[in-house]
Amino acid sequence: MESAEHLKPDTEIAGYRVQEKLREGGMAVLYRVAPPTGAEPCLLKVPQLGFGSHPACYAGFDVEQMILGRIAGPHVPRLFASGECDFGPYLVMEHLVGTSLAEFAARAPLPVEEVTRLGAALASAVHDLHRQQVVHHDLKPSHVILREGGQAAIIDFGLAIHAHLPDLVEAESDRPLGTPAYISPEQIAGVRGDPRSDVFALGVILYLLTTGRLPFGEPTGMGGLRRRLYFDPLPPRRIIHDLPEWLQEIILHCLEVRTEDRYATAALLAHDLRHPEQVALTERGRRTGPSGLVAVMKRWLATLTASPPARKAPTAHLALAPHVLVAVDTVYRGEALFHAMREAVRRTIADELHWRVSCVSVVEPSVLTEQEEGAEIMRGLHMQRLVELHHWAQPLGLPQERLRFHVLEGSDVSTRLIEYARASHVDHIIIGARGSSGLRRLLGSVSSRVAAEAPCTVTVVRSLDTTGMDA
Amino acid sequence: MKIAVLSDIHSNLEALQACLGHAEREGAAMHVFLGDLVGYGADPAACLGLLADYAAKGALLVRGNHDEAALGGLCENMNFVAREATYWTRKQLSSGARDFLASLPFAARRGDLFFLHASADAPEKWDYISSALQAGRCMDAAQASVTFAGHVHHQSLFFSAGSSVRAFQPVPGVAIPLGGRRRWLAIAGSVGQPRDGNNAAAYVLYDEERRLLTFFRVPYDHMTAARKIIEAGLPERLAWRLQRGE
Repeated sequence: MESAEHLKPDTEIAGYRVQEKLREGGMAVLYRVAPPTGAEPCLLKVPQLGFGSHPACYAGFDVEQMILGRIAGPHVPRLFASGECDFGPYLVMEHLVGTSLAEFAARAPLPVEEVTRLGAALASAVHDLHRQQVVHHDLKPSHVILREGGQAAIIDFGLAIHAHLPDLVEAESDRPLGTPAYISPEQIAGVRGDPRSDVFALGVILYLLTTGRLPFGEPTGMGGLRRRLYFDPLPPRRIIHDLPEWLQEIILHCLEVRTEDRYATAALLAHDLRHPEQVALTERGRRTGPSGLVAVMKRWLATLTASPPARKAPTAHLALAPHVLVAVDTVYRGEALFHAMREAVRRTIADELHWRVSCVSVVEPSVLTEQEEGAEIMRGLHMQRLVELHHWAQPLGLPQERLRFHVLEGSDVSTRLIEYARASHVDHIIIGARGSSGLRRLLGSVSSRVAAEAPCTVTVVRSLDTTGMDA
Repeated sequence: MKIAVLSDIHSNLEALQACLGHAEREGAAMHVFLGDLVGYGADPAACLGLLADYAAKGALLVRGNHDEAALGGLCENMNFVAREATYWTRKQLSSGARDFLASLPFAARRGDLFFLHASADAPEKWDYISSALQAGRCMDAAQASVTFAGHVHHQSLFFSAGSSVRAFQPVPGVAIPLGGRRRWLAIAGSVGQPRDGNNAAAYVLYDEERRLLTFFRVPYDHMTAARKIIEAGLPERLAWRLQRGE
C-alpha cells in the first residue's frame, strides 16, 4: 500500500492519474492529476498523514468535501470527485490558474492602488461565500489565488462553516480554530459562524499588504492571541507615513474588536475600496497611536446629533399603508428563492405602519372540472395550495390579522395575478423569478409579464444563493 | 436507493398520505416506519391498512410504545390524554390489526443502517433522546454508521466527533452529507403530531449511495385531521395541538 505522501506518477485514484507532487501543507499533500478524459489537469488533495491516523485529522477533509459540494461560482474551486482510497479520503478539484496572494504579500508593502485592487477582489469573493451561507474562518494570503482576469478565488475550506450543515471541526479541537496571525477576537473566544470574522481576517490581510507587517504578529500562546482583544494595532500610517487616511480608516474598521463596530458585510468593504473618495473618515483614519476614552465618547455623541425626520407628502402617508401581494408558486421547490421572497416582504413592510400582505397562488383548472370527479380534485388541490401558502408564510412570523391568503384559479397565471392586483388596489407585487433558461426567455416568464403589465410596483425576486442545491 | 424514514404517525392519515406523496415525488424507493403507528389520531385502522400494504411490499417497520400500549396493559406511565387515546384506539383495532402490531420487532438493521423507535441501548424502555449524552449511548449500542430513531417529536441530528457527541439542528430540505468516519443519529421527527411549533409533518429521506440525508417538513390538511379527532370523541387537546404543532 502506498502512503499519501508518496504517490508515484501514473498512480490512479478514481480514474485520475497522478502527474506530479505540487506541495505539502500542514494537513494535506497536493498533486497535479490528469482526469480520465483528456481535459485540463486537476488538483488531488490527500491527507498528509497516512493510513491509521487519528480520525480528527480528517475532519477538515469532511468539511471541505461537504462545503465545496454546495458552493459554486468563480471564487471557489470546483469539486470534481471525492471519496475514500486506501489511505483515507481524497478530493479532486479544479486546479486554479493564477497567482497566490502570498506572492503579493511577500513583496509588501505594496502601492495603495495594488492594495485596493487586490483587497476589493478578495472582499467580493468573500462576500460571494457569505451569500452562499459559508464563513471561511481561515482567510490568509496563502488561501487566496488571484486569477488571470483579476478575480480572487478562495481555497482550503477545512475550517469553514456552512450555516445549513453541521459544524464538524468545532468538536475536534479545544483550541481556537484559525491561523494565529489572522484569527478574529470572537474566534479566539470560540464563536464560529459570524461572517464578520472573515472581515476581520480581511483587515489583517490589508494591513499586511499595506505595511508589510502583521498587526498582531504571530503569537503562539493563548495569552498572545488574546492581546488583540485589548490592544489596538499600531496605526498603519505610523509605518507608512504617506498612506492615505481613508485606507487606514478602512483597515482599522475591519480590525475592530467588537463585531458590530466592523463593516457589516464584505460587500461594503469592497465598495469602499473601489470608491475610496466616499469613505467617511473618523478618528480611526487619523489615529497616530492607540485610541483613548475621548474617541469612544466622541463616537457616542455623534449618534445623538442625528437630524430629525423631514415632513411627509400625502403620498408618503399612503405609502405607510401598502397592500403587498406576494405571488407564491408553492409547487416550486426552491427554498432559497422562497427565503429571498420572504426577505423582500419583510423589507417592503419594515418601516411601514399599516401594511397588509396577501399571499396568492394560482392553480390551473383541471380538465375534468366539469365532471364530479374533477371538481373533487380541484377542491383537494385548492385546499392543499391554501395549506401550503400558510406554511410558506409561517416563517414570516407576521401577525395573522395582517395576512390574507388566496388561491386563484386560471390557466393564465400572470393575467389572474394582474386582475387580482388591479381589483384589490395592490400597491406592490412581490414575485419570484425562477431562472433565465432559454425556453423561458423565448416564451416569456410569468414574472416578466407581471412586471410589464401590473398596475403597481413589482419586485421580481431572484435568489442570491447561486448554488441551486436546494432543488 | 433513497429510503424514506417516517416515525410517530399516530393514526394521522392526512399527514401520513402527505408525507408518502412527498417521498414518492422525491424518488423514495424504500420505506421504513419507526413505530408509534397508532395512538392520538382518529384513523388507526386506515393507517394500519396502508402500512400493511407497504410492509407487504418490503417496507421495514418497528414498534413504538404506543403500538405496544394499543395491544393491552395498564399504560399507567402515560398521561391522561395519551391513556384516553390508547383505550379508544384499542377498540378500533381488528384482530388482524392487533396481530400486525404484535409482529413488529423493536429494531431493524439494513447494512450499516439501524432503525428503532426510542433508543438503541434499551429499546424496550422507551427512553427519550434529549441530550448528546443519550444520543452517544444510542449510537454506541446501535453499532451502525447511521441510526434512525423517533419517539421525541422534533427533528435533530447527532454525530460523533472524537470522544464527544454533537447536536445539529437541521434545516428542512437541505441535503446533509453524512461522512463515513463518524457515527450519525437522525431523529426523524413526527409525521402525525409535530411538537416544535411548526404544524407541518416531518420525515427524513436518506440517499444510500450518495450518503445524503434530508430532513423534510410537509404541510398537510391538519384541519381535517383535527376535525376527525373531535368527531371521534377523542380529547379535544389532541385536535388543537395539531393546528399549532405543539
